[in-house]
Amino acid sequence: MSNRYEMRFAGSGGQGVILASVIVAEAAVIAGLNTVQSQAYGPEARGGVSKAETVLSRDKIWYSKVTLPNFLLALTQASLEKYTREMAEGAIVMMDDSLDMPADLDPARVISIPILQTAKEKVGKAFTANIVAVGAINRALQLFSDEVLMEGVKRHIPAGTEEINQKALAEGAALITEEQATAFAQKI
Amino acid sequence: MSKAVLMQGNEAAVEGAIAAGMRFFAGYPITPSTEIAEQSSLRLPQIGGKFIQMEDEISSIAAVLGASVAGVKAMTATSGPGFSLMQENIGYGVMAEIPCVIIDVQRAGPSTGLATSPSQGDYMQAKWGTHGDHPMIALSPSSVLETYTLIIRAFNLSEKYRTPVIFLMDEIVGHMREGVELPNPNDLIINNRKMSFHDGANKECYFVPEGKYVPAMKPFGQGERYNITGLAHDISGFPVNSNEIAGKLVTRLLDKVEKNVDNIVRIEEYLMDDAETAIVCFGGTARAAMDAVNAARAEGKKVGMFRPITVWPFPEKQLLARLPQLKNILMVEHNHGQMLLEVQRVTHCEKPVHFLGRVDGTVISPSDILAKLNEMEAAHHAE
Repeated sequence: MSNRYEMRFAGSGGQGVILASVIVAEAAVIAGLNTVQSQAYGPEARGGVSKAETVLSRDKIWYSKVTLPNFLLALTQASLEKYTREMAEGAIVMMDDSLDMPADLDPARVISIPILQTAKEKVGKAFTANIVAVGAINRALQLFSDEVLMEGVKRHIPAGTEEINQKALAEGAALITEEQATAFAQKI
Repeated sequence: MSKAVLMQGNEAAVEGAIAAGMRFFAGYPITPSTEIAEQSSLRLPQIGGKFIQMEDEISSIAAVLGASVAGVKAMTATSGPGFSLMQENIGYGVMAEIPCVIIDVQRAGPSTGLATSPSQGDYMQAKWGTHGDHPMIALSPSSVLETYTLIIRAFNLSEKYRTPVIFLMDEIVGHMREGVELPNPNDLIINNRKMSFHDGANKECYFVPEGKYVPAMKPFGQGERYNITGLAHDISGFPVNSNEIAGKLVTRLLDKVEKNVDNIVRIEEYLMDDAETAIVCFGGTARAAMDAVNAARAEGKKVGMFRPITVWPFPEKQLLARLPQLKNILMVEHNHGQMLLEVQRVTHCEKPVHFLGRVDGTVISPSDILAKLNEMEAAHHAE
């Protein structure tokens, strides 16, 4: 069970957290890493808690679920509070800055950035928030090259939307400071 | 860049089925099998196949049987409540000897249960869901790649033995994505049903030569007319009330699987050579079991995994072969103890059979299994 990098993506149904987790997994496959991706959601098409998980490893991955995440993306207050209770030691939390940071979190391990606002105002489409998040995650954790990440995105978006998704990735990456990218870079 | 692609278990089922020659799908979407219908509706028209969304699951399996009789490899996919609805016609397929594949992506039940949550609660239903004594072949994959390769085997067995095959998936594998490199289509072994074109000495549609168990299939809708029925029938396909003929027919149907059990049964063993404890599991549960075996081995415990890939018929011979070396068995499955009953039956509980199950729709983790192994060890020492 060692050598696993466990990532959890949580939000409200319809925010696209499952797709965000799929894109990270797709990029991992392109980059030659082992990955298993899964999700848990309720029967609703919109609303309700949505949780997706991507496990990355250089080794063969058997158990497909996340037990103690090393990274958490939270886009709603409910998911932030629920899923920060059980994390690996030193886990990194990325949260939308419109949410209230739980008092027990170590601010040094939290990346609080305007994901939802950036999607709406800078990219111009609120539904690109998941792609903005993916751009920010990749810049902060230094997982993949920009080319690999974009290829991962392209395999999961409708033809003709490449430009806006490219912009969403770039705007997401721009939310991360040099210091954060250095501090949170992962070796998988 | 790697040649692998990220693929979901449900997608792999469709791609594997297509590689096996599936060209007809009829179904009614239901979580967590919906992606199979969705992907079939996209892929089949691209390759000259047919997809029909039916009004329910009863008509879905009926359409699949009809398509298969007409000569096309056919499949449906469902889950929980839909699998229950299909049972009568699955028995019809067995009796009339119609090859087809039925995917059940198990979800938490009973009834509509927890639609999006994993379960393995249909294990017994896969064998005993349809009434009467009947043979059943059911296969269960534990990874995305195995879903692809094993569904090809499901079609092959179905074609070879002229009987419906249940492809028993679970939500864990169906909704899981992994990087896979699919095999080269030229390397695949594809079996097709044996056809009879009236040129033999016996022209009856269910004629079986001495010493054989499977009749060659007569083309339907061309050439001579013949009858297909779920009633007990003679070799011409027409219903009979003869107890002798009915007894011989049902015995032959059962023999198709029983006499060929060595060709049908497949298992996977992991670190079983010196194992004193066997974790028995199938489908998605194996993912946690593999990690648990590795962790237990790191602590010096002689634990191995025994995984039926063919879950029906149960791999009796293979488990019995391991029994002398074992101190105990731990059955792990996402239900209240179903394959457990088979393990107990086959081993006569000669060695203690422990059980770890779950019916709340959550997934059994490697640490759950390790805790159970420790509990078993503590109980053993206390004796």
